[in-house]
Amino acid sequence: MTSAVADGGAPAVVTGGRAIAWPPRRVSPRVVVRETLFYLAVVIVALIALFPFFWILRTSLLSDSQIAAGVGGANGIIPARLSGAAYKDVFTNASFGFLGPLLNSLIVSLATTVVTIIVASMAGYALARLRIRGAGAILAFILLAGFFPVLAMIGPLFLVLRYLGLLDNIYPLIIVYLVYTLPIATWLLKNFFQQIPPELEDAALVDGATRLQTLRKVVVPVAIPAVFTAAILSFILAWNDFAFAVSFLTSTSQFTAPLAITTFGQSEYQTFYNLIDAAVVIISVPIALLVLFAQRRIVAGLTAGSFR
Amino acid sequence: MAAQTGTGAEGRPADAGRPALFRGRHDRTGRPGGMLGRLGSGRLGRGGPAPVGHARETNDRRLGYLLVAPVVILLLAVTAYPLIYNVWNSFHFDNLSYANLPHDFVGWSNFSKMFHSSQWVAALQRTLAFTVVTIVFDMVVGLALALMMHRKFRGRGFLRASILVPWAMPTVVSAMLWKTMFDPTSGFVDYILAAFHPAWGSLAWVNANESRAWTAIFIADSWKNIPFVAILLLAGLQVIPNEVYEAARMDGASWWQSFTRVTLPMLKPALSVALIFRTLQALLVFDVIYILTGGGPGNSTETLSFLSYNTFIINTDFGLGGAMSIVLVLLALAVSFVYVRALRPNSA
Repeated sequence: MTSAVADGGAPAVVTGGRAIAWPPRRVSPRVVVRETLFYLAVVIVALIALFPFFWILRTSLLSDSQIAAGVGGANGIIPARLSGAAYKDVFTNASFGFLGPLLNSLIVSLATTVVTIIVASMAGYALARLRIRGAGAILAFILLAGFFPVLAMIGPLFLVLRYLGLLDNIYPLIIVYLVYTLPIATWLLKNFFQQIPPELEDAALVDGATRLQTLRKVVVPVAIPAVFTAAILSFILAWNDFAFAVSFLTSTSQFTAPLAITTFGQSEYQTFYNLIDAAVVIISVPIALLVLFAQRRIVAGLTAGSFR
Repeated sequence: MAAQTGTGAEGRPADAGRPALFRGRHDRTGRPGGMLGRLGSGRLGRGGPAPVGHARETNDRRLGYLLVAPVVILLLAVTAYPLIYNVWNSFHFDNLSYANLPHDFVGWSNFSKMFHSSQWVAALQRTLAFTVVTIVFDMVVGLALALMMHRKFRGRGFLRASILVPWAMPTVVSAMLWKTMFDPTSGFVDYILAAFHPAWGSLAWVNANESRAWTAIFIADSWKNIPFVAILLLAGLQVIPNEVYEAARMDGASWWQSFTRVTLPMLKPALSVALIFRTLQALLVFDVIYILTGGGPGNSTETLSFLSYNTFIINTDFGLGGAMSIVLVLLALAVSFVYVRALRPNSA
């Protein structure tokens, strides 16, 4: 940064393509204090949100002996030695590796998402457009179902799955997880369909297309952003389940990733947090990437429509 | 909850300011009503000439029911069916540990066993206390964060992303992460506290005693859930028109006055949605407790949902579990009902 003369046609200082008025406008000390405090608060909030992630990343990179030694000395906040051994161990674990549970979670979450999108866009369209009687009551039921206590469902569902011989099997979870995903997805899509101008469909209908053709060829393509948002939220909700998995799954070959993590690293005298946290880091990465890439969409999906 | 603010395909309904959860029905297309007598006459629009007028409407309605049916059936299967099954179970003996015993009708005995169980009553009290403390804390901090993010400043996008990440994480991640943080050997908390007082170097939070275990649960739970409140309230702040604040400023309102007289009342819809979600989540808390403390030390961190899990899955007592489930459902229903009632905007 070079200095510049205030008047007399001297150019403003240019840093990184941005012109800065020079000398700077005088600001009152009160404003300076207020701004400093504000940014301090921002930094503190970001630290509280993110520091724990740093800590599990750090812990996951320690060796078993460093874990046994505890925090301090050479194993301070920034350890002197790091190793990726825990990441290898988590996949080649003596009893069972993490790959199976990851695949199980991926299968169930993707399948839940697909079913959710198909079923919810059908219902969302019907509720938005097709003038069915009792639409309000149906919508109220769908939303209320999202508030139903999960831990009140597990007993009867356990008995049903036991009767059907489907306990300890990941596939029934696809149906069960719909209770997480369908309410919000149907709500989101219904609101979106309502905002598509009816004229768009009317044109197709007049041309002799059926409702279903119109839905597939006209409405859904327009609604891709909303479908995408609903899909992301559904995937996150299914991926995050713990209660159903811990209730219905017993053998390690059927474990989902969150359930598997709770069984890692336990020994009689010591909990190996390097192993646990390696698994935690692995399971966090896809979700963190989703959030970073689709931040706006997720925020919009979470919030808009609930109070417009 | 659609992303786009509707730029008026149809005029805004009178109650547009309400949270959509509580709004009246206005999702009709506004076309004239159909005729019951024509119900049977339409086809589903496959083949033949395109139906017009009333015929199309009748067809539309039949198609509508067909399209809605899967969602309704699937949700009934995972909510209403278990609820009815629970009611039946709660009046019968049904325990897999005694599978050869008949499922006799036992009247109210499962309920009286539950109400006379000090373990269950303690869990009820703990759950209610946790819920109250959690929602007060989460709403206050969430509102502060929302106000912070509502300002335009450098790094706002970064702040929003870093707040969103904890929310999106599975509970197993937030619970394990804080279990690591609070661990006496591998954790950060005791390591830092040791610098202040040597005895604080091994507080062993999650299994030391009741109050420390609850502190750990509370922190892990708030860390994950406050972001949700903050994001909801931020969106609520963003729909308050700027002119309202300017008018308040013209009238000489202080920051505090415009906050209490303008911001809070206009934020009521967003506040109520956040409040409902958070109250129900706190009332039904399970994952974080199972992972962090397993209900211990002793029984000191057991909640209603945790006991329900224990009764169903560990003790396989589906009669007692059914009774507990009914209380859970009634509590959840009561909360939703009270909030919907109390927070409905006063506009008639």
